[in-house]
Amino acid sequence: METMEEPPPAKSPDTQAQPSPDTTNEEPKASPPYIRVQDYCFWYGENQVLFDLNLDVQEKKVTALIGPSGCGKSTLLRNFNRMNDLVDDIRHKGDITIAGNSIYDPAVEIISLRKRVGMVFQKYNPFPKSIYENVIFSLRVAGRRNKAELDETVERSLKKAALWEEVKDRLHESALGLSGGQMQRLCIARAIANQPEILLMDEPCSALDPIATGKIEDLIDELRDQFTIIIVTHNMQQATRISDNTAFFYLGELIEYGETQQIFTNPKIKQTEDYVTGRFG
Amino acid sequence: MQILQKEIADFKNELLAMASHAEGAIVRAIKALLERDDKLAEQVKKDDYILDEFEISIDNEAIRLLSQAPLAKDLRMIVTGMKISNDLERIGDEAAKIAKCTLILNKEPNLKEYIDIPTMAERATEMLRDALDSFVQGDTEKARAVQPKDQLVNQINSQVHRELAGYIAESPVNISRSLSLMVVSKSLERIADHAKNIAEEAVYIHEGEDIRHSNGAKHTQ
Repeated sequence: METMEEPPPAKSPDTQAQPSPDTTNEEPKASPPYIRVQDYCFWYGENQVLFDLNLDVQEKKVTALIGPSGCGKSTLLRNFNRMNDLVDDIRHKGDITIAGNSIYDPAVEIISLRKRVGMVFQKYNPFPKSIYENVIFSLRVAGRRNKAELDETVERSLKKAALWEEVKDRLHESALGLSGGQMQRLCIARAIANQPEILLMDEPCSALDPIATGKIEDLIDELRDQFTIIIVTHNMQQATRISDNTAFFYLGELIEYGETQQIFTNPKIKQTEDYVTGRFG
Repeated sequence: MQILQKEIADFKNELLAMASHAEGAIVRAIKALLERDDKLAEQVKKDDYILDEFEISIDNEAIRLLSQAPLAKDLRMIVTGMKISNDLERIGDEAAKIAKCTLILNKEPNLKEYIDIPTMAERATEMLRDALDSFVQGDTEKARAVQPKDQLVNQINSQVHRELAGYIAESPVNISRSLSLMVVSKSLERIADHAKNIAEEAVYIHEGEDIRHSNGAKHTQ
């Protein structure tokens, strides 16, 4: 299903539409892609849901994963930080590397991986604690107690999540008193408190109204220079607004991957064209 | 999304209806010129409002369709459709200009036998038909073949201007008719330009490739 026009990069029979780095007609410099998915297959029990995926994610770019329900995009997303390890009877083949290092290396500590790769979920899920405690929860679990450090983390994270001005005078109030959009931004603040390198976002706006969605999208735009962001979305207009590159999946296969503008204005694969124009899915 | 598909099909049909009027306007304007038909020329001038109204209607419909955030070929069709309607409206303006010149020319005998102007008209009309065919059928090879034909029309226009300049130099009594014929020739050259634009726009719709300013060669971005 993947088409190939250009010679593939080393070890990656990727799609013809692999996004080029910021250089246009120059040869890319000899550095590996930041996140590489290589010949990746995944099963829930006997049910194979991902088929021979090859995908390179660029550093400090926003990559959107799109496709109809059940196509495997959320499954792939959850594998970047091995959240699927929490599910019984799963297995995989192939590899996912971050900065050249396999996330499946036996030496990798899962907790450390999940600190590097933060996640924000579709339904905002603040803990039933104060705003302050929500942000620093992982630091507390790690045994950090220095108040100055915790205060600095809270302020930095809430500022980055564009929530500080709205909550700075009520940090010790319950997070459950916030609006939906504020709660989702709090979850983003919580995710970035550990200063991860990568942010995974699984339909972060699907439970939000248009105004709150706009704020989250503005936030993603601000964060793109600091984090590598991978976002699953059903909202194609959202993907066109905020992402640099887009990968289209169908029935567990990567159909087309390219620069967002190309995918949504001139897709090369008919299936992609049919999906983005609403002819199926 | 099926509603959007139907609306885009209706949008395309409205463009084709406009194109039919524009093509008819050229044919009638040239017929009025060659047959010295004042009544037909007046009708061409009067009917120009039809293309103006088409352009407004198509642009309004395009805006409405764009608010539904179409993508890929649907997006290209709508955005480019607005440009095509503008080209067709300008073709109508040029046909009206030819008709206006005809009314001036018909006040005096013909300056000369018309040879180059009918040739230009035939070429320009053929270019427009090919461009519109390629828009309808997705025949981008036909569209690409329109671009080089524009050069020929430009050459004929230059030749006509040189010849008419000679008539002006020859005698002041030739000035009015020569100037009017220069305008007619220029209008036909402009019609050919608009036909070329439409051909380029057809390629963009069907292939997503922008061949403007390239004489058919691929753009590198």
